[in-house]
Amino acid sequence: MIRSRQIEITQAAGQRTHHFHGGVHLRHNKKISCQDPVERPPLPGLLVVPLLQHAGDMAEALVRAGDKLLKGQPIGECQPCTTVHSPVSGFVEALEERPMSHPSGQPGPCVMIRPDGKENWAELNPLSDWQNASPDSLIEQIRNCGLAGLGGAVFPTHAKMRDGRDRKIHTLILNGVECEPYISCDEMLMREQPDKIILGARILRRALGADRVVIAIEDQMGAVHKALTGSAEFATSENVAVVKVPTIYPEGGERQLIQVLTGLEVPLGGRPSNLGLVCQNVATAAAVAEAVIEGKPLIERYVTVTGNGISHPRNFRALFGTPIAHLVDCCGGYTADVARLVVGGPMMGYPLDNDSAPVVKASNCVLALTRQDIAARQPEMPCIRCGECARVCPAMLLPQQLHLHISNELWKPTQEFGLEACIECGCCDYVCPSHIPLVDWFRYGKVELRKRDLESAATELARKRFENREARLSRRERERSEKMTRRKQMLQDKTTQQDRIRASIQRAERKTRPNPDAQGNGTPDDA
Amino acid sequence: MLISVLILSALGVAFGLGLGWAALRFRVDSDPLVEKIDALLPQTQCGQCGYPGCRPYAEAISREEADINQCPPGGDTGIRALADLLGREPKPLNPENGDETPKTVVLIDESRCIGCTLCIQACPVDAIVGSTKLMHTVIRSECTGCNLCLPPCPVDCIEIIAAEENPPRWHRPRPQTAPDRVLLQ
Repeated sequence: MIRSRQIEITQAAGQRTHHFHGGVHLRHNKKISCQDPVERPPLPGLLVVPLLQHAGDMAEALVRAGDKLLKGQPIGECQPCTTVHSPVSGFVEALEERPMSHPSGQPGPCVMIRPDGKENWAELNPLSDWQNASPDSLIEQIRNCGLAGLGGAVFPTHAKMRDGRDRKIHTLILNGVECEPYISCDEMLMREQPDKIILGARILRRALGADRVVIAIEDQMGAVHKALTGSAEFATSENVAVVKVPTIYPEGGERQLIQVLTGLEVPLGGRPSNLGLVCQNVATAAAVAEAVIEGKPLIERYVTVTGNGISHPRNFRALFGTPIAHLVDCCGGYTADVARLVVGGPMMGYPLDNDSAPVVKASNCVLALTRQDIAARQPEMPCIRCGECARVCPAMLLPQQLHLHISNELWKPTQEFGLEACIECGCCDYVCPSHIPLVDWFRYGKVELRKRDLESAATELARKRFENREARLSRRERERSEKMTRRKQMLQDKTTQQDRIRASIQRAERKTRPNPDAQGNGTPDDA
Repeated sequence: MLISVLILSALGVAFGLGLGWAALRFRVDSDPLVEKIDALLPQTQCGQCGYPGCRPYAEAISREEADINQCPPGGDTGIRALADLLGREPKPLNPENGDETPKTVVLIDESRCIGCTLCIQACPVDAIVGSTKLMHTVIRSECTGCNLCLPPCPVDCIEIIAAEENPPRWHRPRPQTAPDRVLLQ
């Protein structure tokens, strides 16, 4: 009963909008990077392609220094996650540890590619007859093309699709709600390539066996709405809806967007597929269309280079491995008063201290900020328990309590207060009058909880192995002592032993001696 | 008067029988306290506490034969957890049992191993594989770092190494200061 009601509600996703708890209104700052059409920057002299670009494990390198590469050739493979492809034709200069675009700022293994400028493509295997292709072959094509969620979390797309295919999915949601300030890459993509996005959505819908597509955009994106609904693909597609949702941060979060569209919450520990929904970013949909129709692997993405620290902010269609410094140069360089470089948005991004780090699948935005954009560093004060953080938390957590527990290393209450549900959106940080770096604490707490889980699993394993060994040793000991007592018993019963020997001799004698009374074989004697 | 005595006696007998049945039906075989103590011990099975494994030590604590500060791998945190559970005062680690050290594992130098199987017999968690006159090796993910395989080795081919994550992962540090904020209002 409840289940059927839930399906009814989720099937009506997008017909009317709802609200999620909390959130903050932020100044958009998106216009400055939306003035120029998106272009591909000139090829950089050297591309640095990290082998770790997805959520999950590091890909294994398939190439060695000196190898010749074709554009789109696989250079890294990771079985459960997905493939990394060469963004250009050229040759591998080296495999080196280089700074990756990662919050740690630590170096990781990268493939250094010197482009030859010829742009020779590797052989592509498109699946152009997608309308008759099986969902499995579509998902396999998506995997082979190295697709991952381009919204920023880089979750391998094929894994999400497989999970969706195994459950009953009725609606595909395309997330075009780019709620973080400054970032405009999805907006520009939706303006410039609406056909590709809708085509990709239809392919994804077929792979999932879903009926509807809901494309969610912010109500401030007038031009985007016009572009999407005015596109040729939209006119010929059935059951595709474009829905405007009110602009409030962090509405672009998967769980928040689903709550806005359906009024239902995705259960903690569950996924949208529990509600019969799958959510993909619009850029992922466009990449799916390229991967399936043209067979092109994922080698480039829209990147916003913006902020008051950039002379001429704009969007680029940049190849993975392009150094961030190269993109900044193509924007006319930094302004004189630049103070900070951030990858991602101002709320969830991380500071970067080296602009030689490359563009990767996760990089949606490069943000250069000036002194005026940044509040002066203020000392952290004790929590005054004002509750502002709980008011804005979109996951309906109590950040003040979580902070108290984590800073005192009390892991059990931390877990009980639902740290796992934190989406690290930064709203609590933003409103905290005591300047407590709450999100940093929560990220630290999450890692600690995971470490603790691993440790207790190892402890449990050791306990089990110890107990098994003890059981084995005692069983062996028991068997040995039983054997000993049996043998002793036999030795003690010497007389019985002698009797048995005598009986068997007699039996043998009787068998060999012919018996005059019996005809043929005598009955077997069992002594 | 007689009736009330009879009723009360009958009730007494009935409840007595009920309790007796419940005691048999819901009997707890092992001491639940031992389980709880055992769950707090690090399960290295190293025997530094003077007992042949974590469970025997837990049993000794529950019988009040052993003190709570005899487990070096558990360290201060372990002692505090035990003190919490048993309602005692935490005390420093007994130096006679050893010092708290970072977690280690062992590594067999396979070129020097003669295949005597003595270490295999000593390992409390079956973390060493090998056979007579064949090379032995340690399953690193199963090794608890108890070092019980070191003394029996006749050629000293086992060495202690730091237990590292493989591949090493970056862990977020504990936050220190408030970061700068971006102005968005």
